[in-house]
Amino acid sequence: METITTDIAIVGAGGAGLRAAIAVAEADPSLSIALISKVYPMRSHTVAAEGGAAGVIKSDDKIEYHFHDTVAGGDWLTDQDAVEVFVNTIPKELTRLEHWGCPWSREASGKVAVRPFGGMKVMRTWFAADKTGFHILHTLFQTSIKYPSIKRFDEYYSTDLMVENGRCTGVTAIEMRTGIMKLFNAKAVIICSGGGGKVFPFSTNGSIKTGDGMAMAYRAGVPLKDMEFVQYHPTGLPITGILLTEGCRGEGAYLVNKDGYRYLQDYDLGKPEPTPRLKSMELGPRDRLSQCFWQEQRKGRTIKTPHGDMVHLDLRHLGEKKLNERLPMVLDLCRSYIGVDPVTQLVPIRPVVHYMMGGIHTDINAATPIKGLYAAGECACVSINGANRLGSNSLGELLVFGAIAGRNAVEYIKGEGRDLNAAGTTKLAADAKARVDAIFTKTSGTESVSGLRKEMNTTLEDGAGIYRTEAELKVACDKIDGIRARYSQVSVKDKSSVFNTDLIYTLELGSMLDVAQTIAHGALQRKESRGSHQRLDYPKRDDVNFLKHTMTHYTGGATPRIDYLDVKITTSQPAERIYGRDE
Amino acid sequence: MMGRKPYIREVSKTTWWLKHPRYMNYMLREVTSLFIGLYTAVAIDGVWRLQQGREAWEHFIAWTFSTEAVFMHIVFLVFAVIHTTTWFNVTPKAMPMHVGDEPLPDAAIIGAHYAGWVVVSVLALLIAGK
Amino acid sequence: MSNDRTITLEVMRYRPETDAAPSFQSYVVPYVEEWVVLDALNYVKDNLDTTVSYRWSCHMAVCGSCGMMIDGEPKLSCKAFLRDYGSKIRVEPLSHFPIERDLVVVIDDFIEKFTRIRPYIIAQSEKPVSEGEYLQTPAQLHKYKQFTLCINCLLCYAACPQYAHNPEFVGPAALSMAHRYNLDSRDSGRDLRQEVSASHEGVWECSFVGACSDVCPKHVDPAAAIQQTKIASTMDYYKALLPGGK
Repeated sequence: METITTDIAIVGAGGAGLRAAIAVAEADPSLSIALISKVYPMRSHTVAAEGGAAGVIKSDDKIEYHFHDTVAGGDWLTDQDAVEVFVNTIPKELTRLEHWGCPWSREASGKVAVRPFGGMKVMRTWFAADKTGFHILHTLFQTSIKYPSIKRFDEYYSTDLMVENGRCTGVTAIEMRTGIMKLFNAKAVIICSGGGGKVFPFSTNGSIKTGDGMAMAYRAGVPLKDMEFVQYHPTGLPITGILLTEGCRGEGAYLVNKDGYRYLQDYDLGKPEPTPRLKSMELGPRDRLSQCFWQEQRKGRTIKTPHGDMVHLDLRHLGEKKLNERLPMVLDLCRSYIGVDPVTQLVPIRPVVHYMMGGIHTDINAATPIKGLYAAGECACVSINGANRLGSNSLGELLVFGAIAGRNAVEYIKGEGRDLNAAGTTKLAADAKARVDAIFTKTSGTESVSGLRKEMNTTLEDGAGIYRTEAELKVACDKIDGIRARYSQVSVKDKSSVFNTDLIYTLELGSMLDVAQTIAHGALQRKESRGSHQRLDYPKRDDVNFLKHTMTHYTGGATPRIDYLDVKITTSQPAERIYGRDE
Repeated sequence: MMGRKPYIREVSKTTWWLKHPRYMNYMLREVTSLFIGLYTAVAIDGVWRLQQGREAWEHFIAWTFSTEAVFMHIVFLVFAVIHTTTWFNVTPKAMPMHVGDEPLPDAAIIGAHYAGWVVVSVLALLIAGK
Repeated sequence: MSNDRTITLEVMRYRPETDAAPSFQSYVVPYVEEWVVLDALNYVKDNLDTTVSYRWSCHMAVCGSCGMMIDGEPKLSCKAFLRDYGSKIRVEPLSHFPIERDLVVVIDDFIEKFTRIRPYIIAQSEKPVSEGEYLQTPAQLHKYKQFTLCINCLLCYAACPQYAHNPEFVGPAALSMAHRYNLDSRDSGRDLRQEVSASHEGVWECSFVGACSDVCPKHVDPAAAIQQTKIASTMDYYKALLPGGK
């Protein structure tokens, strides 16, 4: 097998992967970096983030506020040592991006402007109109071009991590334009491959978000942490699930039910006021707002449409000028995709799967339990998001922990990981190739990729949605286990080598099934309600038994093994989450 | 390079502009410059006649009143107008203007060109009318 | 939404391992009022023929993956609604790029040119992060903001006849990105970028057809960027002729 020898291999070239690559290049320009991605960097899903990135910069704000908002927002399932690192580092990271050319929106004075976001005590969300993720991704991609040590391998689909004696020695990847599998022999590997929202049918996620990196690490022996925590964003467009940024509500949009009533006031989120009040009503956290939709639906107060039940997002009172300036993409998306003009009309919306709080287990150094293997961004769980991520913390997370992963990987390969004994790697790579070849060459399959994918999608939506029960989760677990078993009966019809997306879709389905299994089983075992994980049969948070991270381990068998890890608490003891009233 | 064989589609050097109305419009804009050139040649010819003396000049003027000359001038005018207006309409792209901090709307930049055209034309007619 | 109505999707197929040249393959797909051409392709991929290859991801016109020729016009297939077309829709890979396979084109050439124009801030001196952000007024931001909106979808290259005839032409997206950085108040790298932008294969290869701006889904207006670069380069030339000029 063709072998590419590199100091550090990075899987995924979205925000986290690019930031990690730049961190490595800046730490030591003599190190070789292989930046491997299944798409060109600017196609990565960071591009779709809209609203902004939170970081303390204004004089009325404090690091402690950001810390507390994040910890409470995560329903105390966050690791507080990681949150401390995060809130302290993010202002510098955002400033660095400013120096690299990110076109942040500005105040008249020329200083960076901030906007309010859900669950935040003080306005601290930096934004570039409503295309913040797009601008961050392109700024990082364009800046990465400056560093000659970053060698990109665009459109390479990574399949397996090489792990020998508890150390990661590389990764195999298929060059999509030739169909040839190659081995990247590396002293350290950083996974930045994003989440896997495509396991659900109705999602803001792009088609590439199939959890490949998560599944790859999981199969290599790294536990996936807190996978049952899946964030529903309260404002997705019907049909496509296209996201309308939380920035809409930050700018003052209302959520109203079929009677035009601002229903959030019925759910302990404060009193309606004409202008946005922080941590209140529409600026409550995403988990609570999505749950309110479900409650309204049960009361029959949502709007029936051919595309399911909806509520309305009302932006009309903001006026065309402000909408054009602050939310131009929102206007365009509504007008194009559903033919509704937010300047004059109510926008139908409903909750949509958006983000996975869980992911590859790492410590605060972005290191996994496998030596030389790091992870950052949505694919990782460090964990700063706990049971519910606050809007505008994900872009910050990929910057802070992407850079930390890069720098720590450098430190590792200069110290403990200096010498690479990769004697067994060739054999491991051959095994990886044999695994993929078996899928590729099989001719007698009875199952189709799209058929199994649809079954997986509906199973998760039915059993592991906004509200969950024991009975429904048991059904979901059994079904997903069954679909995963039937996956071996899939055959790839396309037997050609060049840009074979039939093969790639098949491999992606394998990743998604692993991820789906960890979500369903993790949810079944967590007998409490916390953040985005709401159990109708266990409606209370249970800090005695479940102030713990779920650790899902790959067993090679039909079902995963689950154990738990204590949450790290430094200064904030678990308390009630309070929105819309004084603490 | 197992299996790779990127396929290159040839684009015709001579008929490409017939493939899309957008390209035809472009060709029209470019081709009309020919008529501007031709009219310039006529104008230079007039100047040349003028310096040759009264008789040559009057002969030239008489020619300009002939049917073919009038027809030719109409054709030149039509094409010159097409050429000029298509260029006027793209000027905001090439020369975006700011007044203080506010960008000047496209219509203002285009309008200024038309206004200039009218002023020059009126002046020319006034001088010619004397 | 009518359940029985269908449309025909004529998809250009090219499988380099077996085909000498591209050909069209027709698929009958349901007509759904809200569908875009990409949805119809996904229907084909999921239900009729798993071997069709094309790029896509975000389905919201921001990742730039799914550009293709739709009835001869370069479009993002995720924003081209079936309702705007007839009962037969012809889908081809982006013009002017080599076809890798089916609707997937080779874009190495663009990536190389994009790299060559140095699309990043070149600051005179590096300001430490601890000193905070550079001040940039909304007016200064406005000057270049439009040119930051490029999603690299390459529709502009597929529309540009100059690029079709001279593949050396640096092209609309790359040249407008150079202009974007030149206009940024934080940047001082214009001289370096001019080596590429002001070269013969740079802005001077452009004859201002304007097709790039017509097809740009993000209203970046690369044609404007190129004409502005031409004017600025011309000014450079005359300034150099003046006494004391460079």
